Amino acid sequence: MFALRLAHRPVLRPVLLLLSLLFLLAACSSEQNDPYPQAERGQNILYAAFTDRPKHLDPVQSYSEDEITFTAQIYEPPLQYHYLKRPYTLIPATSESVPVPRYYDAEGHELPADAPAAEIARSVYDIRIRPGIRYQPHPAFATDAAGQPVYGDLDAEKLAGIEVIADFAETGSRELVADDYIYQIKRLAHPRLHSPIFSMMSERIIGLPELGAALHAADKELPPGGWLDLDRFPLAGVTRLDRYTYRIELRGKYPQFPYWLAMPFFAPVPREVDRFYSMPGMAEKNLTLDWYPVGTGPFMLTRNDPNSRMVLERNPNFHGETYPCVGEPGDAAAGLLADCGKPLPFLDKAVFSREKEAIPYWNKFLQGYYDASGISSDSFDQAVRLGVGGDVRLTDEMRDKGIRLLTSVRPSVFYMGFNMLDPVVGGLSEEATKLRQALSIAIDQEEFISIFMNGRGIAATSPLPPGIFGYLEGEAGNNPVVYDWVDGRARRKSIAEAKKLLAEAGWPNGRNAKTGEPLVLNLDTTSGGMGEKSRLDWLTRQFAKLDIQLVVRSTDFNRFQEKIRKGAVQLYYLGWNADYPDPENFLFLLDGTDGKVAVGGENASNYANPEYDRLFERMKNMESDGPRGAERLAIIREAIALLQHDAPWIYGFHPKSYTLGHKWLHNRKSTDVGNNILKYQRIDVAERARLRQEWNEPVLWPLLAALLLVVAVILPAAVGYRRRERGTAH
Amino acid sequence: MLAYLVRRLLYALPILIGVNVITFALFFIVNTPDDMARMQLGVKRVTPEAIDKWKAQRGYDKPLFINEAASGSAVFTDTIFFSKSARMFAGDFGRAEDGRDIAREITSRMGPSLAIALPTFVLGLLVTVSFALMLTFFRASYLDFWGVVLCVALMSISGLFYIIGGQFLISKMWKLVPISGYGGGLDAWKFVILPVLIGVISGIGSSTRWYRTIFLEEISRDYVRTARAKGLSELAVLFRHVLRNAMIPILTGVVVVIPLLFMGSLLTESFFGIPGLGSYTIDAINAQDFAVVRAMVFIGSVLYIVGLILTDLSYTLVDPRIRFN
Repeated sequence: MFALRLAHRPVLRPVLLLLSLLFLLAACSSEQNDPYPQAERGQNILYAAFTDRPKHLDPVQSYSEDEITFTAQIYEPPLQYHYLKRPYTLIPATSESVPVPRYYDAEGHELPADAPAAEIARSVYDIRIRPGIRYQPHPAFATDAAGQPVYGDLDAEKLAGIEVIADFAETGSRELVADDYIYQIKRLAHPRLHSPIFSMMSERIIGLPELGAALHAADKELPPGGWLDLDRFPLAGVTRLDRYTYRIELRGKYPQFPYWLAMPFFAPVPREVDRFYSMPGMAEKNLTLDWYPVGTGPFMLTRNDPNSRMVLERNPNFHGETYPCVGEPGDAAAGLLADCGKPLPFLDKAVFSREKEAIPYWNKFLQGYYDASGISSDSFDQAVRLGVGGDVRLTDEMRDKGIRLLTSVRPSVFYMGFNMLDPVVGGLSEEATKLRQALSIAIDQEEFISIFMNGRGIAATSPLPPGIFGYLEGEAGNNPVVYDWVDGRARRKSIAEAKKLLAEAGWPNGRNAKTGEPLVLNLDTTSGGMGEKSRLDWLTRQFAKLDIQLVVRSTDFNRFQEKIRKGAVQLYYLGWNADYPDPENFLFLLDGTDGKVAVGGENASNYANPEYDRLFERMKNMESDGPRGAERLAIIREAIALLQHDAPWIYGFHPKSYTLGHKWLHNRKSTDVGNNILKYQRIDVAERARLRQEWNEPVLWPLLAALLLVVAVILPAAVGYRRRERGTAH
Repeated sequence: MLAYLVRRLLYALPILIGVNVITFALFFIVNTPDDMARMQLGVKRVTPEAIDKWKAQRGYDKPLFINEAASGSAVFTDTIFFSKSARMFAGDFGRAEDGRDIAREITSRMGPSLAIALPTFVLGLLVTVSFALMLTFFRASYLDFWGVVLCVALMSISGLFYIIGGQFLISKMWKLVPISGYGGGLDAWKFVILPVLIGVISGIGSSTRWYRTIFLEEISRDYVRTARAKGLSELAVLFRHVLRNAMIPILTGVVVVIPLLFMGSLLTESFFGIPGLGSYTIDAINAQDFAVVRAMVFIGSVLYIVGLILTDLSYTLVDPRIRFN
């Protein structure tokens, strides 16, 4: 009776009501912590997360990993990478075959395939796409009975009530044609789009610089935001041969060009889509290609809320593609060939939720609400156990849940670079070279990987990571400057040997042999947040092994970049992720003709060795497969030997990626180059539903305990109040 | 009162201009337009020409404050500061550096921010005022002592601990609500409960102590003794008399934050994956998106000024003696 009266007190009522409501809600369903709408349960949907919101979904601008996760599923360039084969192999996507270039000299005579690069004035790629490929449904393709676009003359007034692309009542589709690819290549030169590869492609695609200049001039004549119809501007190096075939002509020889044809930069963009999005009032509502991509790929973006959730749904018009039937050895045993020949994609939908923090991301994965996850350093020990021999095993908790671990070495390299223009550490003199070699020995990369990366990396011996043509295993790939080969294993040289080199460099015991001044080196680095101090302390100790004082100059990323550009650094930390799996994409980072200070290139160390440059020039114009593959390999080995001797970098590590996947997620294979992987993924929906239910039974006693606690606090207070009130009355 | 309001709004103008100038100067001391361009264009294969084009297209190729090459009023108007800041006074926030409309983003993110901030604010106020009144009622008793100890303990714990601890216990261990995320419409409740609960609990300590101090000061006044002498119950004394007379200091702290509820919470939104304005601001700072930072600082300033005016207005409601002249 008293409790009932208590419940009628205005202060208590909301508290009790809230707790009762919580209790009831928790009791009525087994998966109260399910972050997805109940209607989605049991559906063929893959759930994944993303951390950084994609900036650009327009294929002409998109270049980062956060973006390609989405764009690669939507847009289809002519080529793609085979999902299972390693080394990575290009195969047709929308094209009928991988194009084989024809070479011509300056007079226009066709040259044989093995003609010297110096003689080749033009490379010609004819790309024929398969007929019958259709775009996803989209309002830009909607036409009326007369064949005219339904939404051909929109303005702000007509757009009233339209907020997202799904608000357009009419949609249509049409066949993919060669003109769409040509239109997109022209968009690389669009003055308002800032394609990151425009400058680089201008050196290759004939006529692209001229097109850029013409578009720039034409754009100035237009009102702000006006549509620039690219069909009015010819591009000499890209021509239409027929409805399904187009030709790209490049200056000189560029064997790496087919890799670019597998990137969204070269995916088709139809002219009517460009026109559609450029109509007045569209950009103000974020109705742009950058926000709502249009493609022929297996999925289409149906919800773009990069602050919260992005949803890809199966493109109903996707052309017939089947799951591969061949892979590398071990794929069959891993069950990766079980779906051979089945039509793609397997999923109906993929939901990407934004997770900015690692803890919620990880816990949701463990609860079964994400199908796959990486492993952050916070959760590494919970997920993985490292054996004595460095072997990696899942913990019992993970194994009990049936979680699978996928590991791969990423096609990336992280290194500490020397500024070769610096008077102390730079130059190719014997003294400076020995100083760099001594430091290369002293900085124990294996220890760094073990302490700071939980073993998730392998020490680099050259710029080339495993999986890239030219990377050699075993003794052949050893860096003899830093390691001795002992008992079939690389063993880092001793500090005594490093000190000897240092003395020969003119710095015995870390002091100038002539003046006695101590050797002080400056390392420029960007502020790296938590753990940075311990990393830098560790690094300082590595230098101290040689009695060298290290001064760390931490700065923000922009200042760091500026210093690199001006050559105002002595040592610096950087990394590189491959654009494509070719050694040229790593070795060009040390190309003397591409120095950062001299020409603003990618060679941040400003390394310039004419012998290396000559080898690089030869190597970059050769193919890895075919009759000259062996010759190319020999050149790469020679170039790497030169780099190991000159030591313009302290070769750091190639990171390993660790991915966890639940047992219901099938056909998952580590791939760090091909990104259109969603179409191969398959979910066992029933198994997921069963395990989710099993793992997410709510624990209800805390609610009851909270209720009792509230009563326990309020009851004495109420009793005390009544007693005091009565006392006052007496 | 109208004259007072007009005067206050006019005072706000120089404040807003000052805030804009300071934001602008601070931002561009740290970031040059070149830095912004590099941030937007990415790290790989960025050429000086691409940077120049990016700046020219967005008007960052102009001088910052004074254009010495121009003549007449263009000396001041043909500058980055004027072209980027002046139109904000007309409510035009322009576009983010990635091309997206800022006003639309703000509109769409306001809802999620309010869904967390408003219940946290209202429930927090109810709980802390009630708790403070209870401690006042039981002043100088064990209940009061341990209540204050609890408040000090709650105050001493970091906000981050509440968030991580709450997520661990309620979402991970007990599996009662999703650990993070956000859903629109009716789905929102299950995502809102945990951050609101954590927000309320984490705010109990400091607010309760503050209100308790105010109430204790009031409860020793003569009018309270008179009210008791007239035979009013202690509840009536506390709620009708003490609370009402303590409203001025409470309103001073409370009303000013009401408009700022729109701005969201940086930490809570980030940890709970709430797509609100707090996380928008953090993203913009990380991405060096000056357009968004500038807009958010401007809106924050406007809302703060509105909050101060509302506070002044609220005084007239709780104290009839206050009149605006």
